[in-house]
Amino acid sequence: MNDVWAFFSFSDPTVRIVSLGTVFLAMSASVVGTFAFLRKRALVGDAIAHAILPGIAIAFMLSGTKNPIVLMMGALISGWLATWAMEYITEKTKLSNDTAVALVLSVFFGIGIMLLTHIQHSGSGNQSGLDQYLFGKAAGMTEQDLWTYSVVALLLLIVVISLYKELKVYSFNPDFAAVSGLPVKAIRRILNLVTVLAIAIGIQSVGVVLMAALLITPAAAARAWTSSLKIMLFLAALIGGISGLSGSLISYLSPAMPTGPWIVMTLSIITLLSLFFAPQRGALSRLLKQRRHSQKILNENLLKVFYKLSVERKLEEAGLNVGELQAERAINKSDFAAAIKRLKRKNWLLAEGEKLKLSSIGLVEAKRVVRLHRLWEMYLSQRLNLKEDHIHPNAESMEHIISPELEALLLKELDFPTQDPHNSPIPYSN
Amino acid sequence: MENQTALEVHNLTASYQRKPVLWEIDFKVPSGHLIGILGPNGSGKTTLLRNIMNLMEADSGYVKIFGKDLDVVRSRLSYVPQRESVDWNFPASVREVVEMGRYRPGNLLRRLKSSDKQKVKAALEKVGMLAYADRQISELSGGQQQRVFIARSLAQEADIYLMDEPFVGVDAATEEAILSLLSELRDQGKTVLIVHHDLQSAYQYFDWMILLNTRLIAAGPKEEVFNSTYLREAYGGKLNLLSKLGEIIAREQFPLREPDFKEKEGSGDE
Repeated sequence: MNDVWAFFSFSDPTVRIVSLGTVFLAMSASVVGTFAFLRKRALVGDAIAHAILPGIAIAFMLSGTKNPIVLMMGALISGWLATWAMEYITEKTKLSNDTAVALVLSVFFGIGIMLLTHIQHSGSGNQSGLDQYLFGKAAGMTEQDLWTYSVVALLLLIVVISLYKELKVYSFNPDFAAVSGLPVKAIRRILNLVTVLAIAIGIQSVGVVLMAALLITPAAAARAWTSSLKIMLFLAALIGGISGLSGSLISYLSPAMPTGPWIVMTLSIITLLSLFFAPQRGALSRLLKQRRHSQKILNENLLKVFYKLSVERKLEEAGLNVGELQAERAINKSDFAAAIKRLKRKNWLLAEGEKLKLSSIGLVEAKRVVRLHRLWEMYLSQRLNLKEDHIHPNAESMEHIISPELEALLLKELDFPTQDPHNSPIPYSN
Repeated sequence: MENQTALEVHNLTASYQRKPVLWEIDFKVPSGHLIGILGPNGSGKTTLLRNIMNLMEADSGYVKIFGKDLDVVRSRLSYVPQRESVDWNFPASVREVVEMGRYRPGNLLRRLKSSDKQKVKAALEKVGMLAYADRQISELSGGQQQRVFIARSLAQEADIYLMDEPFVGVDAATEEAILSLLSELRDQGKTVLIVHHDLQSAYQYFDWMILLNTRLIAAGPKEEVFNSTYLREAYGGKLNLLSKLGEIIAREQFPLREPDFKEKEGSGDE
């Protein structure tokens, strides 16, 4: 626990540099990556990240230093070249876009690995640490690195904020932006440039292999929570920042743990939780909705059985026992018991000793369901010209879906019929 | 206004993926009309539209808007793309999409003014979507999506409107609303060109027609164009020889013009 306090007091300059650096890197990558995500260019980001490797290696071979600005220039040039190559291949050849992306990724990465291996075996004293660009090594960040990356990160944020409006329309509908006279070519170049820059600084913490995760997953997680682009950008930055911070915390607490992979681990956990728990768009809320629907269907089916037995067969006086109900409709025992319980709780069913009776509000509800069923059968036979023996199954599911508004339309269109196609009366509530 | 030429397409030849889909298209459109661009599938309707807007490079020929190059009069032109051409899951509200109609080269990097926002509201009101201004676009029905696109276009306050299949997949109420908006625009002297594939409704919708099938069959007032001779020519299949030639050009990567030939300039029709 003390270690955690020591970390968050930021009194150790190394901790300060490393954690601030990773947070900035992760935040800028997340913000820029949001546009890649929205433009469905997730894999392009991955390809650029891999394609940056040869640029770094060549910059090192030519300059002999590990100065972050020099290496970043190399990264920028090869990242830019890769972007251009992907666009050129897609436009000028018959190859599809995903082929172009895969081609650029593997060719550039292959050259990068080759150069890196060459550097490592060349035996110059300064070569150690270049391989950190493969998997990232935030712990090795110097103060000079921090300054460089912070300035770049800030620059990216400024670009995105001031071009917000243009980036939005360009991501949503580039043709429309072009016809409106907006400088779409310049917007595309700027977006490409900030993407390459964000990747070039981001690989310092997570490395080329995991870079795509830092670029895309914060956006994917943020999208689950919101449908506003502004909030989404903010959330993506927040999620990226938190992951960066926890990555450096974990590797501080246990120095054997690598920062980059832990950033990506944290990100993945946040994303999984978001995709599962987010309201509306999350998987859980969808599951709950489906459950509510199936419960509603069961409730209403049971009410229908009650209605048929008690009103139409006049078994009302004595009440009904569970056996009689079950004989009428095949529902498994536990579901059946649960549905009875729910109906009692809603006061739609009243218990009289062992027997069950429809309450007055239960009767209204039961009539509604039967009415919808028979109205829909009417509609099917009149409007779709379906035969009488074909309409029941369809009505059996539609009766649970038709809303009060649709019911009103249906009644108007059919002009308040009194009998369904099977000559059963259509029950109205009064 | 009535007799002014809104749009001139001059000897336009254009290819899609190197295959020529428009051959020597040449016509002029007077302003103040509702114009249907008609033709069978693959007849080059959308390609023509994209060429008018300079979204594609033509092989030869040129387009003039009010006698001028597109770049000079861009703000007088508005585009309604096909509804399916964008991702409606994009995180944006109805208002935000319509606001895009006010994004101009003149307000790059700047926020919209309150006068812009007023125009956005007025456009939303016109298409009956003001009540849905804060709705997420992912929650809209097909007809509502089309209304949003039309509102965005209205917010541009243009003189020529180019619409790509605005009636596809919309409900009857939306269709009626769009039609009455279009005639309102025409009555204000605006010119509306609409790519449309349904011949049944075309005669009722438009007062001018451009009939295409990789070449221009006819262009003019609907009474002159909409007759069995022209329709049979447009819908009676492609010209066999022409399409065979096009296939060779695409396969063998022949240039359509000699390198020096560029009939891209012209005085236009002032």
